[in-house]
Amino acid sequence: MTLLITVFAAVFVTMKWYTRKDDSMRLGILCFLYWGASIMWLVDALFEYAELKDAYFTPALEDMINDAFLGLSVVALGLVIWIVRLLITDPKGSVRRALR
Amino acid sequence: MACFIVSAAEAVVVTAVKKAEEKKEILTAQENSDNTAVKRIPLSRKLTWLSNMLWGGVVLLAFEHIWHGEVVPYFPFLTAMYDPSDTAEMLQEMATVGVGMAVLITFVWVVMCVAADALVKRSDRTADDTIG
Repeated sequence: MTLLITVFAAVFVTMKWYTRKDDSMRLGILCFLYWGASIMWLVDALFEYAELKDAYFTPALEDMINDAFLGLSVVALGLVIWIVRLLITDPKGSVRRALR
Repeated sequence: MACFIVSAAEAVVVTAVKKAEEKKEILTAQENSDNTAVKRIPLSRKLTWLSNMLWGGVVLLAFEHIWHGEVVPYFPFLTAMYDPSDTAEMLQEMATVGVGMAVLITFVWVVMCVAADALVKRSDRTADDTIG
């Protein structure tokens, strides 16, 4: 579930990056963040599948809910890292203008 | 348990190499200021892609390990370090899952670099054809 949510986030952000008008939002960072995590969780899932076989696809409801919460929290953490970096680098100068 | 540590180690090395490469490229650009250099994606930019992927994955996976109580904010930071059998299991996981993660990310990055170089070459050729 965590892998699935992160992959959806990665695909959505990549789509937004592809259709961007300019690079002022620095969406590339967010793409790499989510794709990096997705690849790493994919490897984790492959090893887990090799161990559990078919049981991997029938997780307990409680585990699924926990994993979904984790996935959403991971997406939120990624967004927080991206927005903090965006405000610090301030490519559009909005923060500097507001502080003047 | 601590599989992200392998990727974290790779991320540290890649970041250091990237910094050194950036310095080298600045020096090369100053030497070749007549703008005759061939248009291609600088290695430092490609290394930035890899380091962003590695650091991104490491941070988010570290968060997952904190979520599951495998990483704690006090010494020895990894709960698997308390019991020798857990430590052995952790090292085994690092050697299999951790190395697998680092290898797959690096492989994806290599494919990305090859594709990006091909795209740049193709767009250059298209531009030359249009001019010609």
